[in-house]
Amino acid sequence: MSAPTSINTMDRRGFMAASLVGAGALAFEARIVLADTPVAQVPLNAFIRIGADNKVTIGAKNPEIGQGIRTMLPMLVAEELDLGWDQVVIEPTLANDKIYGVQSAGGSNSTPNNWLPMRQVGAAARAMILAAAAKEWGVDAASLTTAAGKVSHAASGRNAPYASFARGAAAEVAPDLAKVALKDPSRFTIIGQSKVGVDTAAITHGKPLFGIDVDMPGLIHGAIIKAPAHGATIATHDAGAALKRKGVLAVVPVNSNSVAPGKFDTLVVVADSWWTAKNAREAVKVTWDDAAQVGFSTEAYDKGAAAALAAGPQISHAKNGDVAKALAGAAKTITADYSYPFLAHGTLEPQNCTGLWQDGKLEIWAPSQAPNNGRNDTAAMMDMRGEDITIHQTRIGGGFGRRLINDYMVMVAQVAKALPGKPVKILFDRTDDLRNDYYRPAGWHRFTAGLDAKGDLVAFKDHFVSFGKDGKPIRAAEMSPFEFPVNVLADSEIGITYLPTNLATGWLRAPTSNAIAFVYQSFMDEVALAAGIDLPELMRRTLGTPRDLAVVPGRPILNSGRARAVIEGVCKMANWQGGKLPNSAKGEKRGRGFGFYFSHRGYFAEVVDITLTDATTVRVDKVWACGDIGSQIINPINARHQVQGAVNEGLGQGMVEQKIEQIKGVVQAESFGDFPLIRIEQVPREIAVQFLKTDYPPTGLGEPSLPPVIPALANAIFAATGKRLRDLPLKLA
Amino acid sequence: MSQGKYALTINRKPVSVTAEADKPLLWVLREELKMPGTKFGCGQGLCGACTVLLDGQAVRSCQTPVSAAAGHKITTIEGATALPQGAKLVEMWQEIDVPQCGYCQAGQILSATALLMANPKPSDEEIDAGMNGNLCRCATYLRIRRAIRKAAGMADVTGDAA
Repeated sequence: MSAPTSINTMDRRGFMAASLVGAGALAFEARIVLADTPVAQVPLNAFIRIGADNKVTIGAKNPEIGQGIRTMLPMLVAEELDLGWDQVVIEPTLANDKIYGVQSAGGSNSTPNNWLPMRQVGAAARAMILAAAAKEWGVDAASLTTAAGKVSHAASGRNAPYASFARGAAAEVAPDLAKVALKDPSRFTIIGQSKVGVDTAAITHGKPLFGIDVDMPGLIHGAIIKAPAHGATIATHDAGAALKRKGVLAVVPVNSNSVAPGKFDTLVVVADSWWTAKNAREAVKVTWDDAAQVGFSTEAYDKGAAAALAAGPQISHAKNGDVAKALAGAAKTITADYSYPFLAHGTLEPQNCTGLWQDGKLEIWAPSQAPNNGRNDTAAMMDMRGEDITIHQTRIGGGFGRRLINDYMVMVAQVAKALPGKPVKILFDRTDDLRNDYYRPAGWHRFTAGLDAKGDLVAFKDHFVSFGKDGKPIRAAEMSPFEFPVNVLADSEIGITYLPTNLATGWLRAPTSNAIAFVYQSFMDEVALAAGIDLPELMRRTLGTPRDLAVVPGRPILNSGRARAVIEGVCKMANWQGGKLPNSAKGEKRGRGFGFYFSHRGYFAEVVDITLTDATTVRVDKVWACGDIGSQIINPINARHQVQGAVNEGLGQGMVEQKIEQIKGVVQAESFGDFPLIRIEQVPREIAVQFLKTDYPPTGLGEPSLPPVIPALANAIFAATGKRLRDLPLKLA
Repeated sequence: MSQGKYALTINRKPVSVTAEADKPLLWVLREELKMPGTKFGCGQGLCGACTVLLDGQAVRSCQTPVSAAAGHKITTIEGATALPQGAKLVEMWQEIDVPQCGYCQAGQILSATALLMANPKPSDEEIDAGMNGNLCRCATYLRIRRAIRKAAGMADVTGDAA
């Protein structure tokens, strides 16, 4: 990152224009500063600049965490602008939601939210170029055509590159975006074609791209000493010995945005080198106010959950009909308890952020999934105006939801203000990163299901225990009152008990779904077994006729027909004949499992084949995934990769003993030794992916393919061994 | 720790740095030499993000003190394409678009380079064993296998056929 020289002119102009007119990017306010535009590049709007060489620079507005959005959103613009992909140059924009609208990598929302707006931006720019060309050539704009960045007039045989009309186009009145004509999908030349990631070449050559790579003259470095028990604050500290070390510049108390205003929970040791700062931490003496935190532990949560399940729910979350009566009248009932642990994100790039405080203003370089939220948090902490904070978006070395929280930005702002005029980067070490995460909350479920004499599911009850405060879930600890099959049964209910915790919780890729899919689809596999059928058949019967089912008020609906289609699709792909598989040639036990889940508007059904290489070791041989995310796969190569990565991540949550444990308020994980990630030897040789294209708008893919693989794995282990594993991580021994 | 002057050969170029003897090569590369391609992932040799070649062997630069690197030939991602195996691997990495977030990929490419230098036609099991020290949080492992096979001139196996 050659910051600060990487600040590009498009962003500077766009920012200035927006603060003058207060309008959004789609209002094309960037045109008003055209007077100082260099001849070499003409901005048509906040997203598009046309160069004299007919290269077109497109601004990529959303944070890139490996989901491919920095490539995909510009594809939408380029398609409607009718460019050749080889003309396109992609630049990340500043984080500025006043210009660019929502800029967030979360909830698989970028595709549904931008599918039309980004195309409209491209189409509007094309219309302005056509209008300028029509004036220059004295012809009707309707008689002009475009392709690969050129305008043609068939009647006269004239054609010319966009660049020759750029200045005229920039002077045109921007058309109404809501009315601008978009291409029919049959005419797409970029959407639907595989495009290699915009940064792939730079990554393979080791170019600076990531937050950790930000460098500039005079950069200094901070290492953190954070309260071991989350929520504790600094009681006393003595930095005298550390400050005597060569290269150490300052020790700055900061608030990580987790404790009350005016309190501090972190010391940042600043030095001329991060290595020096990290080592100097040992010379700082600090004591903590942690009396309110030390009572929390994994052991206490397990006891609390057991007591809660025995006592029954505190809160009625969903109640349909009379489940007690229906269970009493059932021909067969099935009961089981399930659980899953707290999880860290373990992004490979540790949390970091760079800041520079100068003249009462703040400039930030952040690997953040929600940089504009970070601006708000930072402005509040620093008691400054959001518009006095400029945020550059770096490429991000893994997000998975961790970087939706902006603690690092709030912290670096305080350090930068303490050392004005000096650019400073803070960087967590691996233990800091694992111990100061915003964890996927643990949870427990006690299920009871009732089958009638025909084997149909007629009653369903879940007592869910997770973490909350004042009768409400803490972040990412909620569940839907419409969870399938609760939403389709006349007699069903969900009750909840919330336990207290000092841990900060947060969203992990496919939040809530990654856990709920495991417990619900594993338990449904037990119900299917009791009904004498397999899970795909139970799902088909319980989903019933194609119709729209409630999920959450104001959230996407689940179409049971789309669900059934992916279930049938994956069964066809894998030639599903039930979970039993013959032993391997070596006599090893094998098994096959199924899982379905709907999340983030996407439908995925997956089948997992496993072999037991010894009594306790599972090898995953192959996974099949069938998904429906609407009418268009925008970048097919990236779509396959997203599914394969999500499948492997889900297998990791099942297989590799990922869990976060706590003693006396303190998270115990230190590194990838005790918080393992899945490795190459543990992933399957094959992950087959198929998309069913349906007549629905395209939706996101970062998340929905992850959840179903976890129950599919657990169900495969049951099929192979007869052992029902009801707790994550799955363990046979 | 007192400072010392160390003569290193990095990507075939001699360089001289002044640093504490125990400062890891990783931080000398990133901070002193402004070569940020080598990544910090865990600082404990458990993730492989910081992998470089030392006389052709893959080593964890976070566990290699600069004093121990002195006098050896070091290859980082910035110079990987100067090696024939590295050049072929980088080409295949780009062709099949291996990276997702991309953070681990410098380390992956250098571990793969060391693997192919020692074993030009590795079996699937040898690829997994050779690459098992390199974590990829995005789990791009199927493509890492595929790119190595293609770089080694072996039959292309996409791993995503139904």
